[in-house]
Amino acid sequence: MDDDKEKSKENMKTQVASSSLASVAGNRVQRRPGTSMLGTGLGAHNIHAWFGKKHVLSDITLDFAAGTVTALIGPSGCGKSTFLRILNRMHEFIPTAAMAGEVLLDGQDIYALGTDVTKIRLKVGMVFQKPNPFPSMTIGENVLSGLKLAQLKVKNTDDLLESCLVRAGLWSEVKDRLKEHGGSLSGGQQQRLCIARALAVQPQVLLMDEPCSALDPGSTFRIEETISELAKTMTIIIVTHNMQQAARVSDYTAFFLSDGGPGQMIEVATTREIFSVPRDKRTEDYVTGRFG
Amino acid sequence: MPSTATAPVIPAKRELTTKPRFSDKVFRGIVTAGGSASLVILGLIALFLALKGFHVLATEKFSFITESRWEVLQDENGNVVESTFGLGAMLVGTFLCAVIAVVIGVPIAVLGALYLTFYASYGIKKIAVALIDLMAAFPSLLFGFWGFFILMPSAEYWAKLIHKYLGFIPIFDVPAPIFTRSPFIAGLVLAIMIIPIVTSISREVFDQTPLDRIQAAYALGATRLTMIKSVVIPYGRGGVLGGTMLGLGRAMGETVAVYTVLNVVYQVNWQMLFGAGGNVASLILLKFGEAGPEEIQALMAAGFVLFLLTLLVNATADFVVTRSAGDRR
Repeated sequence: MDDDKEKSKENMKTQVASSSLASVAGNRVQRRPGTSMLGTGLGAHNIHAWFGKKHVLSDITLDFAAGTVTALIGPSGCGKSTFLRILNRMHEFIPTAAMAGEVLLDGQDIYALGTDVTKIRLKVGMVFQKPNPFPSMTIGENVLSGLKLAQLKVKNTDDLLESCLVRAGLWSEVKDRLKEHGGSLSGGQQQRLCIARALAVQPQVLLMDEPCSALDPGSTFRIEETISELAKTMTIIIVTHNMQQAARVSDYTAFFLSDGGPGQMIEVATTREIFSVPRDKRTEDYVTGRFG
Repeated sequence: MPSTATAPVIPAKRELTTKPRFSDKVFRGIVTAGGSASLVILGLIALFLALKGFHVLATEKFSFITESRWEVLQDENGNVVESTFGLGAMLVGTFLCAVIAVVIGVPIAVLGALYLTFYASYGIKKIAVALIDLMAAFPSLLFGFWGFFILMPSAEYWAKLIHKYLGFIPIFDVPAPIFTRSPFIAGLVLAIMIIPIVTSISREVFDQTPLDRIQAAYALGATRLTMIKSVVIPYGRGGVLGGTMLGLGRAMGETVAVYTVLNVVYQVNWQMLFGAGGNVASLILLKFGEAGPEEIQALMAAGFVLFLLTLLVNATADFVVTRSAGDRR
C-alpha cells in the first residue's frame, strides 16, 4: 500500500493533497467509540429514499457509535444530505418524499408507528448549511428557543444559556450582548449560535449539514474546534464537501456516490484509512481529487 | 504646461448615458401611460369632489366633521332657506361598523390563512382558495340581503345575549330594546366581506415564511403550533397588519351592504347593539336621490372626506407593511 502511495505521489500533483489529508487524518487522536454516557449511538439499516418516483438512496447501512464523529463525503447529488435528514425525520417535510429501512436510536426504531416525532428531533439535533437564527429573537432567546418550541421546563435558564454558549465556543464573544438580535452577529458567530441553540435541548446526536460551507476559514476553524469539544458528550454526524475538514474532525468517514442512479455508500472506515488506504478505487479517486 | 509631477490629476466626472433604442422608448411610453392613468383618474376624482364640495366645506369649516346635524330648510317654492351640514354621526358610525368588522373578521381570516397554509391538504387548499377569492368578487348587495334576511334573526339573539350579560359595559348597553338593524349586525356583515382580502394577504405572507427557519424550529423539537407561534407569526405580523388595514379601508367605504342592513339614523350612537347608526357612504346613497343642488354639494364634500379617510388608512397600511418588512430579511 505504501508503495502504491509512493508511486502515485510521483505521478500526480493531486496526490500531494491526498498525502497531506492522510497525515492530517493520521495525526489526530482517534476517539474510542462508547466513551460517552449518552445512549448507545445511532444505527441506520437498509435505508432507501425516494422523491416521488426517483430512487435517490439505495440500501445504506451505517452505524454511529456514541461519542464519535462521522463524516459523510461524496460529490453533490449523491444523497448525503438526504441520508442525514432521514436520521432525524426531517426528510418527510419534503412533499413526495418516501423512505424504507429503519433508524435505531437506543435500539428503538424512530420510524415506528406511534413515535412522537418531536421527541426524536429533541434527541437528534441538527445544524443547517446556512446559519438560520430566528431574526425576531435576541441572542439569548435564540439559544433558549428550543425550550419554548418543545415546551420544556428548565429551572435555571441562565446556567443553561451560559453552558450552551460556552460549549459552542461563543460565550466570550456574546456574553455582553445577549439582548441584541441574532442578526447582528457575523456569519460564523451565527452558525455557532445555531449550534448553541441545538445544544440547549440536550440532544444525544447532532447532525451537521455542511455547517461551514458558507463561512470563512477562521470561522470554520472555530466550528471545527467546537465539534471536537462536543464529541466528548455526543455523537456527531457531519456532511462536508471539504475533505480537509473531514480529515481534521472525524473519526470515521463514509463515502457516498451516485453513478446516475440512486446514491450508494461505497465505503466506510476510519478516517485514517479512507484518506490513506481506501479499499475502493472510486474512493481513492475522490479523495485524491481526480473527480468530484 | 509646467509639469506638476507629484499631484495626480483627477479628471472631471463623465456623464454616464445610454442611448435608448426606439422600441424601448415606445414601450416606456406605453407603460408610463398605463401607470399614470390610474393616478390621474384618482386625482381627478378627488379634485372633482373637492371643487364641488368646496362651497359647503368653506361655509361649514371644521364643524362639517364635528357637527351632527344634516338639515335643509326649504320654503314652499323649494328655495333653500337654511341649511346645516355636519358629518359627525356618520363618521362615528363609519368607525364603529369598521372596527366591529375588523375585530370579528381579522381573527377568523388569520386562523383561516394559517389553516390553509399549514394544515389543509392540497386539494382542500385549492378549492378553499378559489372559493375565498370568489367571495371577494361577490356583489355587496347580496351580502346585504343575506345579512338582512338570514343573519339578522340570529344576530339579534346574540345581541340580546351580549346585552344581558355584558350590558353594564357602556358600548353594550341600549337606550331602548331595539336590537335589529344595529351597527353590530352591519359590522358582522362587513366582517364577512373583509375576510377574503385579509385571508388572501395573510396566506401569502405566511406562505413566504423562510423554509430554513421553519425547519430550524422543527429540528428543535417544535410542534406545529409552537413553530407557528415562534416563526410564522413574527414573520407575518407586518403583512397581516397591512391586510387588516386594507380590510378596514374596505369596511369604511362599503355602501350598499351597510345601507341594506343598518337603520340609518342621524344621531351619534356608540351603543353598537342599538338599532341606529350610519356611515358616510350609506348617507350619500340615502340622500343622493332627493337632494337639491346645495345638498348635492354637501354630499360631494362628504365624499371628499371619505376619500381622504380611506386614503389615510391605506397610506397607514403601506407604512406599517414597509416598516415591519425590515424584520423579515
